[in-house]
Parts: sequence; structure tokens; C-alpha cells
Amino acid sequence: MDSNYIENQEVENRPDNTAFTQQRLPAWQPILSAGIVIPLFVLVGLAFIGIGVALFVTSRNLHVLEMDYTGVEKTSPCFSCSDPIKQKNCKCSLSFELDKLFEGPVFFYYGLTNYFQNQRAYGVSKDYNQLSGDLDYFTFFFSIVPDSTCKPYRYDVNNKPIVPCGSLANSMFNDTFNLYQMKNGVKEEVPLDGKGISWWTDYNIKYRNPSVNPLRNAFNGTVKPLYWSKPAYELDPTDTANNGFINQDFLVWMRRSALPNFRKLYRRITDGLPAGNYSLEISYNYPVIAFDGKKKVAFSNVSWMGGKNEFLGIAYLVIGSLCLVMSVVMLIIYHWRNSSPDAN
Amino acid sequence: LYRRTQKMFCVGEESWVDSRTVYIGHKEPPPGAEAYIPQRYPDNRIVSSKYTFWNFIPKNLFEQFRRIANFYFLVIFLVQLIIDTPTSPVTSGLPLFFVITVTAIKQGYEDWLRHKADCSINECPVDVVQQGKVVRTQSHKLRVGDVVMVREDETFPCDLILLSSSRHDGTCYVTTTSLDGESSHKTYYAVPDTMAFTTEQEVDSLHATIECEQPQPDLYKFVGRINIYKDKEEPVARPLGAENLLLRGATLKNTQHIYAVAIYTGMETKMALNYQSKSQKRSAVEKSMNAFLIVYLCILISKAVINTVLKYAWQWSPDRDEPWYNHRTEHERQRHVVCLFIHRFLAFMVLFNYIIPVSMYVTVEMQKFLGSYFITWDEDMFDEELGEGAQVNTSDLNEELGQVEYVFTDKTGTLTENNMEFIECCVDGNVYIPHAICVRMLSRTTFFLDECSFIKDFTSVCGRPTSFYISSSPDEVALVEGMKKLGYTYLRLRDNHMEILNKDDEIERFELLHVLNFDSVRRRMSVIVRSSSGECLLFCKGADSSIFPRVVSGKVEQVKARVEQNAVEGLRTLCVAYKSLTEADYQEACFHLTEAKLALQDREQRLAQAYDIIERDWLQEKAADTIESLHKAGMKVWVLTGDKMETAAATCYASKLFRRTLYLWVCYSANTRPHNHIYTLLHLVLHRCSLSVDCLDFGLIIDGATLSAVLKPNPESAGHGNYREIFLEICRNCSAVLCCRMAPLQKAQIVKLIKASKEHPITLAIGDGANDVSMIQEAHVGVMGKEGRQAARNSDYAIPKFKHLKKILLVHGHYYYIRIAELVQYFFYKNVCFIFPQFLYQFFCGFSQQPLYDTAYLTLYNISFTSLPILLYSLVEQHVSVETLKREPSLYRDIAKNSLLRWPVFLYWTCLGVFDAVIFFFGAYFLFDNTTFTSNGQMFGNWTFGTLVFTVLVFTVTLKLALDTHHWTWINHFVIWGSLLFYVIFSLLWGGIIWYNFCLLQMYYVFMQMLSSGPAWLSIILLITVSLLPDVIKKVLCRAISPLLTVPMACRTI
Repeated sequence: MDSNYIENQEVENRPDNTAFTQQRLPAWQPILSAGIVIPLFVLVGLAFIGIGVALFVTSRNLHVLEMDYTGVEKTSPCFSCSDPIKQKNCKCSLSFELDKLFEGPVFFYYGLTNYFQNQRAYGVSKDYNQLSGDLDYFTFFFSIVPDSTCKPYRYDVNNKPIVPCGSLANSMFNDTFNLYQMKNGVKEEVPLDGKGISWWTDYNIKYRNPSVNPLRNAFNGTVKPLYWSKPAYELDPTDTANNGFINQDFLVWMRRSALPNFRKLYRRITDGLPAGNYSLEISYNYPVIAFDGKKKVAFSNVSWMGGKNEFLGIAYLVIGSLCLVMSVVMLIIYHWRNSSPDAN
Repeated sequence: LYRRTQKMFCVGEESWVDSRTVYIGHKEPPPGAEAYIPQRYPDNRIVSSKYTFWNFIPKNLFEQFRRIANFYFLVIFLVQLIIDTPTSPVTSGLPLFFVITVTAIKQGYEDWLRHKADCSINECPVDVVQQGKVVRTQSHKLRVGDVVMVREDETFPCDLILLSSSRHDGTCYVTTTSLDGESSHKTYYAVPDTMAFTTEQEVDSLHATIECEQPQPDLYKFVGRINIYKDKEEPVARPLGAENLLLRGATLKNTQHIYAVAIYTGMETKMALNYQSKSQKRSAVEKSMNAFLIVYLCILISKAVINTVLKYAWQWSPDRDEPWYNHRTEHERQRHVVCLFIHRFLAFMVLFNYIIPVSMYVTVEMQKFLGSYFITWDEDMFDEELGEGAQVNTSDLNEELGQVEYVFTDKTGTLTENNMEFIECCVDGNVYIPHAICVRMLSRTTFFLDECSFIKDFTSVCGRPTSFYISSSPDEVALVEGMKKLGYTYLRLRDNHMEILNKDDEIERFELLHVLNFDSVRRRMSVIVRSSSGECLLFCKGADSSIFPRVVSGKVEQVKARVEQNAVEGLRTLCVAYKSLTEADYQEACFHLTEAKLALQDREQRLAQAYDIIERDWLQEKAADTIESLHKAGMKVWVLTGDKMETAAATCYASKLFRRTLYLWVCYSANTRPHNHIYTLLHLVLHRCSLSVDCLDFGLIIDGATLSAVLKPNPESAGHGNYREIFLEICRNCSAVLCCRMAPLQKAQIVKLIKASKEHPITLAIGDGANDVSMIQEAHVGVMGKEGRQAARNSDYAIPKFKHLKKILLVHGHYYYIRIAELVQYFFYKNVCFIFPQFLYQFFCGFSQQPLYDTAYLTLYNISFTSLPILLYSLVEQHVSVETLKREPSLYRDIAKNSLLRWPVFLYWTCLGVFDAVIFFFGAYFLFDNTTFTSNGQMFGNWTFGTLVFTVLVFTVTLKLALDTHHWTWINHFVIWGSLLFYVIFSLLWGGIIWYNFCLLQMYYVFMQMLSSGPAWLSIILLITVSLLPDVIKKVLCRAISPLLTVPMACRTI
């Protein structure tokens, strides 16, 4: 800037005559004129209305059955279980009736409300190295491992490391559900498919079990999380590949929800639910009353655009109509301008 | 002995003494003269660089962190390092590091250029006389007192006193183009006692000291004395003046070699002293930018306070404060209440700190630095004759060029060509015109011929051309050429004798005895010559006002009338008077002169007869057109000149500053009027002005004397109120103002007066000479014209011709202002969009300071995803074409008074930002509401939520800029689509590659998973459309309501 010396030294030549230096680069200069904007608005409006209608209709055809089983009200079948004193392995069952076929695949969700999985301290409370199966992080090592973010769920009273450590893992949802169809007074269990309910990458890449066989040996010298009834390597007694850190339910839980009212996928019912009476047996373990939370189950089927969500379709319809209205308004304004004598 | 010791103790104070003693050749004076006290002078090293290799990093960092914005980010960074904050220190550390690095690289590059320039100057070879031999050394090794030999076409290495030259008359010719831009050859004189030295040995034998003032920056002022010691004789003292001082930077011409002694070296040379005074001007845009920043800082703090308070309110119930699934650690529980509060507040501050656009300052700086090249590159502002284009001395004021309300222009040389042509002369009331004169003159009396020859003598004497007619003053050139037409040809100056070829082909010789140079205080110049007949004559030339009072005989009245008549016609007049001196008179004058020179003072003269020479000063090409455009653009043009009223007014008419319909008020010659007279006059003017403000255009002519009377605070008329206010009121109502007979300082006063008035208008001063420098420095923007480098150096912009003002203001200024205004507003907008969703998210995550976006996104948003499009936009945007801007000067009014950076506009942008942020956040919120996004029933987590918001955000702010772009060059296409593409590719890579067990695991596959769902795509499209819709509708409606060219502008201002 204050480079007088330099300027004095430079040979004062004629400046370069290029399009760039002379600010004459060829340029496209779009003008938002009526001839372009009004048809554009009409087109966009029509397209949006089209999409909106498609979305809305699709959404309308989807079914969602949501039921609360917290047991706050006395009439609720789970009222007895909601009492914190009697909570150990309390069972209750929820009956419902479908008057027509619930087309498959049906997705079976559990939902929690007023539950802040997105709290910062809660969310960071885990040890990635542990969860990717690094055995170095399974042992107590000079208060460095496991990660200090796991506090206060890092060591038990005997200074043994907790695996998996941290609040997030510790508070894993532990209600379990069995669904029965009532056929002529006989309970017939509906098969629930627990495979592939978590992200493929979570199951196959992100979370890893330590490569120790059998898996339980890897957990020697560690303790299970405080609130867990079973250690991590025994989460699913029926399927050995569904244990440890790659247990599907565990993975679903570990993917934090964005908002305080959320659903998480529990199981899939591939064949759908025929019309009839059903009974959902719940083993009620998870306390939510303390923080005014609600527990829900939801059955839903899914289309190409995901679950039932009328918002997107309505939003498209509203914006599309708004575009059409605007194009009419603009047309009127242009017309009025062109016809009025004092234009320009 | 006592005196000696006292002096020795006083050595420390020596540098404060207002004179210095230089020992030529470092030789001690003979004993008894004065004690030899070595003074310490700097060596001849020129240092224009700010940094050295070693101190660059600490010094540069210190300078950068003195900026409030950088310091703020440093504090945030340190807070992040110290306490447990929601975001990693990288998120603010990396952008800060980036900003600091870019600025450091830019400043380092500039300093490196300066170092290189310094080096080449400091290492150029110099010949020094040592022990009777010429020794070649490097420039920076020169010391004060060294005797230097300079050859033809070499540049003087430092300020030197000429001792002797290869020309036997002891003169040398010098061109000072690089100093003051005057291309003429100037003559410098050696001290008579030393001019005989021709060899090194002789020069080395010189025993002398020079006493002179301490260095000062005025190029044309120097006083000193040389004491020459000869064996056993009293030392001889001779006066030294500016005519003996060779300035660093000037070049020796037409002289084989000279010997000279160094008196000022290095940073003490006049050239270096002149470089140091750099103006620190801040532009209006920068001021609004800082104001906006403070507003955002307030928003930031209030956001943090609101969230902290709400957090406490929300956590009132212990179940919420610490639900069973999220227990606190013991350490946290035991923390003190106040400490916890501060901790939480700071955590929110850190979370929202990105609302302050970290990269705005660096982008603005880059924009100004790079953008200023467009001025230097502009071919339209390249002048063929001068071979020079426009220069930018400070790029900080680029946008100020688009904001000018008052233009103060010098007349001579700026508005007019300053190339004189001799038109006529009037001797004792008789008028002669060159073309006709040759014929008529033959029949004239000898008396007239004598007069004629006197003019001619005078001409040659004053002109002192070296060879051909090259002279420092354009009127002298005109005189010499005019006289040639009359048949008197100036041949040469030889041995102090001027030779003139008269029209009978005889050579007349005049001996040049004394030259008393022109200065702006006396406004005249005199010479004393002796004609071949032995008669002594004194000639004096100067402005009529300084000559007429001194004339004692002759037909003064007729001449005066003629002068005035000519001045009205727009001709420039010059008066010459002469007096013949008797030998006794001469001796006395000579004595006084020598005395006066020694005493470093000025002197008085009395003269005898009046001549009048009239020349025409042509208007510069397209000056009138330019002034007209400036008027149309809503600028008020004031002409400030030292010329007399009639001449100046004629020029003003010619340049269309005054139109014929203009109603002129003249306030003139106040010195003859009592004070309250001016007062009533002013009141009358004001009254009339306010009465007919819309039906008539007013012009005002005021002269320097009246002006000083007006500006002088007058205790007597305290009851009458302040003249200053009234004067200002009048001036604001006048469309054109001419101030004539102005002293340089008065010009600056006027600028200051206008600057300090109520509306604080932006002023621009344009001038070409040293007398305009104070005005140029005072004004917001200083622009210089052709004549002087002195002005060019002190100006902010230098343009070759007055007509280029049109392009630099109407086109470049307009563009720069539009660009920087959009840049500033957009920066705040995009950061509101960025951070406001994060603020909203706090309401849904229990005020737990959970960041919405991933670390990488927080870090890179400002420095890479959204930085380049706006930078390039601010370099190449043209909302209307160059031709339109030139054709329609009134477009300039659209951006007057900082219209694009006023609070309503700022509010509009901020509201748009908040609106967009609300759309992003709640759009995503409702989409995520208890439902799945995918066709396999899987649920998305919080990072997908953040990524969705962020993707919409990046696309929206980039497309918003695309909507604002009116000029799509390939560069715009490249950076806009390129940075969107970069964002997508970056996100794919960031979420697609596992790089050890980096914490990027939280983002692993999130972006791809999001893109694999149809509703995500649909919602991205929907949200972008909704966010952009209000802006599009606003633009279209604005266009519909007034489909003129000015529309984009009018709409921007809402």
C-alpha cells in the first residue's frame, strides 16, 4: 500500500489490455423481468403442488398406531409397573385391535418424550476407542483410559473400568416387548425381526467388538454399566453375533436423537399385521416418570418417502400455491403498470 | 576549559539543537575555531520496511491482535482452551489462524517488496573522495560529511551541498522529476570559494564546516552557512540556500561530474522525510462496519445471557437439572455457584461466537487490496502524453470514492492545462499582439523597442532556460516563446551572462547579478542584471496584486484596466516591473542582499514601472464535461484557487461550473469593509437563498480575505451569532462555489469547515501542486493531478488528468461502494443464518450448549464454504454496465450518504437472516418430528439433523449471493458452483473416510445416509426455495414498481 518506492522504480508501462483487468469480462446478466419471472413462478408453483399432492397422498395412505404405556393414569394397564418401588422385572400387557390389515413391512418403534438424549454432557459421555474394540481402553490406566468424558460412569467403586463407559451407554433403553396375536383366544407370537434396525455402517464399520474369542474374555477385569442387568457380551442370548458393541438395540440407542421427543426403531414385522386383536407384553424396566417422560410404542409402515409425515406434503402444497398466487399478483401489477398512463 | 567541558556534557542534547555542524571530509577545524563535537547522524540507509526478518512474527502478531476483532477471537480461543466448552478450540482457532496467516502473508509480501526496493537503493554504488582518491563504496555506507562525486545521469545518494562542478561556472543542472514531478532542468550553484576545485586532491584539501538547520521535510527550503578555513586567515563565511542543496532522488543532467558534501543522510533526507507522513483515513464504510459489529456483539451477549438465564429457569426442577440418566460428576457438583454461572455464560458465548464474522476483516482487506488494482489497470485512465496511469496510494478508501459529496478542486493545472501561450502584452497601456506586432513594431519608436527588449531580457533572466526552452514555470516558457515570435531569441546563459539574439541578428549580453526566487508569500520574483552598456536593472515579475502596490511611476491605471479586462476573459495575467539602479543603489542593494542571505532572512524591494503580460491558460480536455457529470451526480464542486477573481470566474464559466443562468453572489475584498457589513451581507444572501431555494441556482464567489474575516471568531459581534454557521448555510445552498485568492492553508481550512459541518459530508480534494497538499491531506479523499509528485505522494489516489475524475468516481467509486456494501451486509447475514439455528436448538436440548453442527462445519463455514463467492463477487460485480454509469451520472446519487449501509438496510438483512434461520431450523424440526426419513425405517440422529440444517444453510446463502449477482462472468460461475461442489465433496469425504479413530466418527456416514433418503432431498429443495422466496419476491416487485435502471439500487435501499 504505502509502496511509493516500488512504484517509483517500476517502469510505468501502459496497463495490460485484457478483459479481466479492464473489467470487461463477458458476462451473463440475468434480469428478473416479468416475462421470465411469472412463468417461472407458475412452473415452480405447479411443480410444488404436484410434489405436494404426491407426498400428501402417500402420507395419507400410511398407518401409524401409537400407544402410550407409561402408566401414569390409574386405568392404564402399566400403572402398577410405573411405581418405582416395584419396578424390577415388572410385566404388563397392552391390548389393541386392528380392524384391517396393517400392511408390511411394519416397523415397531418405541418412543420416549421429554428425554434429552441431545444434552451435550450426555452425548459426549462415551469412549470411541472402547467402542471400536480397542482393548487398551478396557483397562484402568492412570486415570487416562477410559476417556474422562465418561465420568461419572467411568469406574465403579473398586476402580474397575466400566465397559462400555459413559452416561449414554449406561442409560440404554431396557424395556422389552413381545407381540401376540389373539387368535380364537390363543396367543400366537408375532415374529419380530431385529436385524438391520441400526445403520449398516454402525454395525459393520463404526462399532467393533474386540477380536477375542469368546467375547466374554475381553471383558475380564471390567464391570458392566451400573444400570445394566446383563453385561454387554450377553445382551442377546439367542444370537452370538448380536452381542457386545454391535448389538442392534445398543447401536440404535447410541445414535442420539436430535430432539427430546423421539422414536427409535425396535423391531420389524416383515409380513405385516392382519386384522384382529393383539396383545403387547412389556417387561417394564425403564423409569421415565421422574422426569415427566412418556413411553410409547408405535407401529408404522413406511413408503418411499419414509414414515407418515404430513408436514412435507402440506408445506409443498402451501409454497406451491403461494407461488401461483404471487404470479397472479405480479401479473396484476404488471398489467396495472402497463395500462396506467404515468408509467415511467 | 570550562566551556569545553560544558559542551561535552551537553553532547546528549546536541540532536535537539536546531542546527547542525558538518565537517567536510571529517576534518577537524583549525584550533580556536570551535570545539570539535562529533554529532551522531544516521548512516545513509533508507528503511521503508516495517519489519525485519527477526521481528516479523512478534511485531506482526502484535499489530494484528491490536485489532479488536482479532483480539476478540483470540480471547474466545483462549476461553475454549481453558474451560470445558461445547466446541473444540479448533473451531475458532483455525479460522483465526487462517485469518492471521493470510493477513501476515499479505503484509509480509508488501514488506518484502519494500525490503527489495530498499536494498537496491542502499546497495547502489557511490563514489566517495577519501584521502584525495575516489573510492567506490555502497550507498548505505555514506556518512554526513563525506565528499561525494556524482557523474552525469546519476542520482544523488543523499542530500548534498554542491562544492564544485565540471562546468567552470560552478553550476550544475538537475532534474527533480522523481521528487516533485517537474520535468524541467534546474540550475544549482556551487559555493563561489570552492567552485574552482576540479580534482579530488583539491577537493580533499578543502577545510571547511557547514552549519545548517536540522532536516525538515520542505523540499524548497534550506538555510545554511559554510565556513571556509584558509591558512592563518579568518574563516570565510558564505550563505547557503536551496540553490546549493542537491536533493536525494534528483538526477544530475548536462554536467559531467560534481563534487558535493553530504549533509543529510538516510532517513533524514528531505525525500525520506516526505515519505513518512502517511495519512490515516478511515472510510465511512469501515465506521458502519464497526457499528454493525458492536450491534452483533450486543446480540451475541444478549443471546448468551438469555440462554444462561433460561437454563437456570429450566433447571429449576432437579429432575430436569440432573435426570437419572445424566448425572453430573462430583467435581461439577462442588463447583461454586458464581463460578458455575460464569462458566455457563462463557460456554454460551463460545457456542454463539461465530455470529461475529471472523473472516470479514480479512476479506474486506483482500477486497480492497486486490480491488485497487482495477484502478491502476484501467486503460481509460492512462494518459498517453504523460505515459502514466492512475496510482493508488491507499486502498483503504476505495469505496469512499463512491460517496463523495463535495469536490474541491484547484484551478491552475488541475482544471486547466497549465500550458501557457503568450497572447498579448501591454506596455504602458499600449497593447501588442505577437502575430501582428512584428509588422507594426518596425514603425515603433526606439523607446518601445527598448521596452520590448527589457521584457525579453527579463524573460530570459527569469526563465533561465538551460537549453531550449525548458523551464520550471510554464509562464516563463510562454514568455520566452512569445518573445521569440517578437524576434528576440534567447540563446544561452554563459558565465553568468545571458545572450540574446535580437531581431537585427545582434547578440546582446546581460550579466546576471542576482536572482531572488519566487515564493508564495511575496508572490513575485526579481532579478538584477547589468546590460552591456553597464546599466543596472532590476526586474520584478509576479501577480498584479503584488506588483501594482510597488509601482511608483508609469501608466498604472491603463495597465490595471487592461489587466482586469483580460482577467475577465479568462486569461492569466502576469505583471512585470523594472527599475534602473544606479551603481550606488546596486552596491547598497547588493550589500543588503548578502547580509540578508547570511542572516537567513527575507528582503524588501521597491520598483518602478509596470508591464503586463497576458497568457491564456487552456482548459483541460473534457474538464467541462467532467464537471457537468459531477454536478449531475449530486456532487458540489468548489474551485479553490489562488488566482484573481475575474480569471477564476471566467474559467468557471468555461468549465460549466457556473452556468449562464446561475445567480451569483460575490463577497469580495472584505478588507475594505467593516465586520458587521459582511455580517449583513451574509444574512441578506442567506435570506435570499432560503426564499428561492428551488427556483434558482446559486453560485458564490468569495475571496481569501473575506473568507478569513468570516472564519475568524469575532468577539465584538458575539451578539450577531457566528459567521461560520451562516457561511456554511449559504454554501450548502449554493450549487457552485468559487473561492479565489486563497492561500494554501485557507484551502485546507475550507475543507475542514465543510467536513465538520452537520451532515459530515465526504469530501474530495484534487490538486496538482505543493500548495494543494494540505487540502488533499485534509479531505477524506485526496486526488492529485499531473504537475507535482509532491502532491501525488501525499494523495490517496493520483490520476493523470482532471477528466479521469469522472471514471474514478462515477464508475470505480460506484462499483467499490456497491461491492463492499454487499460484502459487509452479506457477511453479517450469512453469520446470522449460521448461528441462529444453533441458538434455537438450545431450546430443544435443555440449554446444554449442544452444538448443532459438526466441528468441521463450524470451522470451515466462514473460511472455506462461503468465503470465496463473496470475495470474488466483491471484486467483479457490476450491477450496471460501465457505459451506463458513465452516461447516467445521476445513478451516483443512489448510493449517496452511505445509503446501502444504513440501519434500515442492515435491519433488512439481519431480519432476512433470522427468517432464513427460522425456516432452516423449524423446517428440519417438523421433518424430524417423530418420524423416519428412510424407506428402511431407520431413524436419524442429531448429527443428521445438524447436517440437514447446515446443507440447507450453505446452499441458501450461496444462492442468495447468486441472486444478488448481476454480472455473471466465468469467475462467478466457477466460485459459486465450485464452492457448493466443494461443500458436497468435502462432506462426502469427511463422512466417508475413517482416518484412525478420529472423532470424526460422529459424522461418519451421516451425510451419505442423509442423501440416501428421498424426503431429505425434497426438504432441502423446499427449505432453500422458501428461504429465498421473500428476497426474490422483493426484487421482482421492486422491479415491477419502477422498472428504471436505478431499480436494483433503489430496491437495495428498500
